[in-house]
Amino acid sequence: MLRLEGLSKTYATGDPALSDVSLVVPEGQIMGLIGPSGAGKSTLIRCINRLVEPTAGRVLLGETDLARLGKAELRRQRRRIGMIFQEYALVERLTVMENVLSGRLGYVPFWRSFLRRYPAADVQSAYRLLDRVGLMDKADNRADALSGGQRQRVGIARALAQEPELLLVDEPTASLDPKTSRQIMRLITEICAERGLPAIVNIHDVPLAQQFMQRIVGLREGRVVFDGPPSELTEAALTTIYGAEDWNAMRQGDAEQAEAEADSRRRMEAIAR
Amino acid sequence: MTASAYPTTWRRPPQIIKSARWRYAVQFGIAIYLALAIGTIEVDWARVAAGLERGQRFVMGFLQPDFVSRWGDISRGLIESLTMTLTSTVVGVIISVPVGIGAARNLVPRAVYLVCRGIIAVSRALQEIIIAIFLVAMFGFGPFAGFLTLSFATIGFLAKLLADDIEEIEPGQVEAVRATGASWWQVVNYAVQPQVMPRLIGLSLYRLDINFRESAVIGIVGAGGIGATLNTAIDRYEYDSAGAILLLIIGIVMIAEYGSSYLRKFLQ
Repeated sequence: MLRLEGLSKTYATGDPALSDVSLVVPEGQIMGLIGPSGAGKSTLIRCINRLVEPTAGRVLLGETDLARLGKAELRRQRRRIGMIFQEYALVERLTVMENVLSGRLGYVPFWRSFLRRYPAADVQSAYRLLDRVGLMDKADNRADALSGGQRQRVGIARALAQEPELLLVDEPTASLDPKTSRQIMRLITEICAERGLPAIVNIHDVPLAQQFMQRIVGLREGRVVFDGPPSELTEAALTTIYGAEDWNAMRQGDAEQAEAEADSRRRMEAIAR
Repeated sequence: MTASAYPTTWRRPPQIIKSARWRYAVQFGIAIYLALAIGTIEVDWARVAAGLERGQRFVMGFLQPDFVSRWGDISRGLIESLTMTLTSTVVGVIISVPVGIGAARNLVPRAVYLVCRGIIAVSRALQEIIIAIFLVAMFGFGPFAGFLTLSFATIGFLAKLLADDIEEIEPGQVEAVRATGASWWQVVNYAVQPQVMPRLIGLSLYRLDINFRESAVIGIVGAGGIGATLNTAIDRYEYDSAGAILLLIIGIVMIAEYGSSYLRKFLQ
């Protein structure tokens, strides 16, 4: 279980990115975090594993307050938190297998990771994870030889190799096409369900969030302005999160874009004929 | 507004010095300085004519290079130079890697960064010839001084370029490896090294061929190698042997140049 208490972050520039956020994510819950750009979604999940240092507040994973740990202890605690990234963040020039095994770095001594001599159990579980995400035959490929969807699946396998107690997922589908996005979201939710793994998913595709999340938290200017099941995410709720003007403009923009796309498709067809 | 109402000419507005008066003043100043500077050059035309004659003998030596009569000296010089080149590059690379990592702002604390950047600055500020003169004075004539000179110069060159390269790596990959609970060494090994390795190999090969060229130059101030042989040949007015040495240097540099650029392309 993850409990955030009064979590705040003010960047050195003086911008308050998070103000007094308190949340509880119980065992097995998949929580979607939505909000406009700059609302503090990325900062929030990075404060949990302290890739960003919170200015105030507590981050309790089980009994441990992650916000107060020293360097060595923080490294040990980071093993409990798997993270999946927006642009996959795989090490491009390493093989798929090395990327998955890098999820074990917190558990093995330096010489083992340096010589790529991982314990047999780690290698076995890496293969099992690759099989689970459907990339068994890609183990020896370099990560930069994979497609976007495949890379994100390697990213998922790497996070799971940590045997985490919590999954932080930062815009997992932002650079994927709609179909692959749904496949990736389905894979993440399935895996969380299999393992009873709680997850916080930053996502700015509202329909996708509504389809896959059990609970949605809306963030605006660093504050929680909505917290409830997807069914309660009404137009009024979206207005509180995104602001009235933006919300309408976004819809109008969408309609315009759809129109333009349809138009260009018609023209392409005319040319093809 | 009809089409004829728009202007038909356009001049590029001045970009650096906006005021026309200043622009002309600066141009005039530069012209005067140039004229005065040229005026101070003293040319002794008789000496130039003599030099041309000497240059002609040099060119003749080039056209009839004599590899044979001094072959013992030449081959010894070449082997010395090649040994110096390889050993100094290897030692230089081994030392520059930690210095380069230490000089990357995104990896180390500020104090380490400043120390390593200091080492690089010192190495780069001192030109090879100056170090060679100094080290020859310290350790005597011969290739050992040359080896030290080239190793020292390699550190400044490689460590700086490596550090700059590390500072430009993809931060997302580092973040991801850090998030798994990896230690600093593991982050360097897993997230940094794969990103900079091809460039490090390329730069090392490039430095290898620079070091060979430099070994010929520092030999002239006494640091051993083919440069020393060349210097001796010129001092003895043996332009045919000197021509042979220059041809060999040019040949080896070209082989190294093409070889290393081919290898670098292959590694990318």
